[in-house]
Amino acid sequence: MKPSSFNYHAPTRVEEATALLAEHGDGAKVLAGGQSLVPMLSLRLASFEHLVDLNKVDGLSAIERVNGHLRVGAIVRQAVAEHSADVAASVPLLSKALPHIGHFQIRNRGTVGGSIAHADPASELPAVALALDATIEAAGPGGTRKIAAADFFVSTWQTALADDEILSAVEFPVWGPGSGFAVEELTRRHGDFALAGAVVGVQVSGDTVTKATIGLFGVGPTPLRASAAEAALLSGADAAEAGKVAASHISPVDDIHASGAYRTQVTAVIVRRAIEAALKEARS
Amino acid sequence: MSDEVVVKLNVNGRDHKVLVEPRKLLSDVLREDLHLTGTHVGCEHGACGACTVMVDGAAVRACLLFAVQVDGSKVVTVEGVTPTDGTLNPFQQAMQDCHGLQCGFCTPGFVVSMTSYLDDHPNPTDDDLKIALSGNLCRCTGYRGIINAARTAAGLPVPANAADGSDH
Ligand SMILES: Cc1cc2nc3c(=O)[nH]c(=O)nc-3n(C[C@H](O)[C@H](O)[C@H](O)COP(=O)(O)OP(=O)(O)OC[C@H]3O[C@@H](n4cnc5c(N)ncnc54)[C@H](O)[C@@H]3O)c2cc1C
Ligand code: FES
Ligand code: FES
Repeated sequence: MKPSSFNYHAPTRVEEATALLAEHGDGAKVLAGGQSLVPMLSLRLASFEHLVDLNKVDGLSAIERVNGHLRVGAIVRQAVAEHSADVAASVPLLSKALPHIGHFQIRNRGTVGGSIAHADPASELPAVALALDATIEAAGPGGTRKIAAADFFVSTWQTALADDEILSAVEFPVWGPGSGFAVEELTRRHGDFALAGAVVGVQVSGDTVTKATIGLFGVGPTPLRASAAEAALLSGADAAEAGKVAASHISPVDDIHASGAYRTQVTAVIVRRAIEAALKEARS
Repeated sequence: MSDEVVVKLNVNGRDHKVLVEPRKLLSDVLREDLHLTGTHVGCEHGACGACTVMVDGAAVRACLLFAVQVDGSKVVTVEGVTPTDGTLNPFQQAMQDCHGLQCGFCTPGFVVSMTSYLDDHPNPTDDDLKIALSGNLCRCTGYRGIINAARTAAGLPVPANAADGSDH
């Protein structure tokens, strides 16, 4: 099918974009990479009178180090972040998650900010943002505000952004030496959304795990933090035990792709694998 | 209906100017306005890859872009990936040699994707090729011939048992 008619706006400044959103309310929608929005328009699952394209907006496409964080502008293409040496050096978990998104043609167009703003619970990047305690910068008509990732993901496809706000950047904390990261997911085919996935970061000092974070995706209405499993890891549990703890705290629902029970069982295994890989990297 | 807009595109080296509604997809402008019907439209929602073209050097889904968004861009379609002397490019030739197509519906998408991929990645591994091919669907071939074509174009060996599909 074809999308229904809309008025196309291509502002060049953030203030213009947010003014358009404020003016048109829920009749307007932001267009970034279009890799999720355009299918929804073409399938007529959604229609809007106004599309506000962010692709020509100045100042949204930089990757830079600020105050111990890596700041990634909203419209940085997923492929650009994937191949960025800065991202690989400062936020390895993001580099490792990006190749799991769809296919290279999708990542050539899809944006980092778009994936996080879209907030699909089976997506990799929202889980990375949550696990790393990233800060999301929102720009609205009145200026910008910062939202902790823990407060950003409200429900499936729902975020803390107001109708007249755009996500302008994401700031990922940079971890110190002795850390390791891993992404594990189960998909039917390469590039599919995950049936269940885990992102893990650990920092070690000798044999002791001093810092641990575990984010889960595909197993709830939002990405989830496996806090109990993180605590277990910090108090000496091994990867398999922590995996079981993570699985015991989730209750994914059944859908056409997999049953909730299957997703729970898979979560125990992929969390274990991701912890093992992250520890191996941290100790190498 | 919203107002039509002027979109300028350079497609396969030629400049074009079209007047289209903002909702018109790049895939439809190529096919309907420019009569470049080599770009195929399968699913029209990003799943199959039949519509793949290069925009400013990057392979993308033409069905997930509004033409108005790429005003001023350089587009290369399957009609534009062939050398001017009338020969086929290495992946196209390998597709012929390895029987990488049957009905041919998916072929333009594979050709544009892999032409772009192999330009950017001259030394891929076998696994890299399989992952790179994962963004295009084919309902006929079972992929064996297509994977072998990619291997051949990349200068990788084609396993002895790979012709009959028995290695998968
Ligand atoms: C075949 C295929 C496979 C895919 N596989 C995966 C996968 O495995 N994992 C995965 O995570 N994703 C996958 N995707 C989705 C892809 O990653 C999208 O790029 C991503 O979900 C949305 O990013 P986008 O830039 O394309 O945003 P768009 O599609 O332009 O926008 C998506 C939504 O977010 C909103 N939005 C976008 N940017 C902003 C912003 N800066 N501020 C406010 N709102 C904004 C839009 O209004 C819209 O509602 C796949 C897509 C396809 C077509
Ligand atoms: S027609 Fe564009 S991906 Fe299927
Ligand atoms: S050859 Fe028929 S779809 Fe691929």
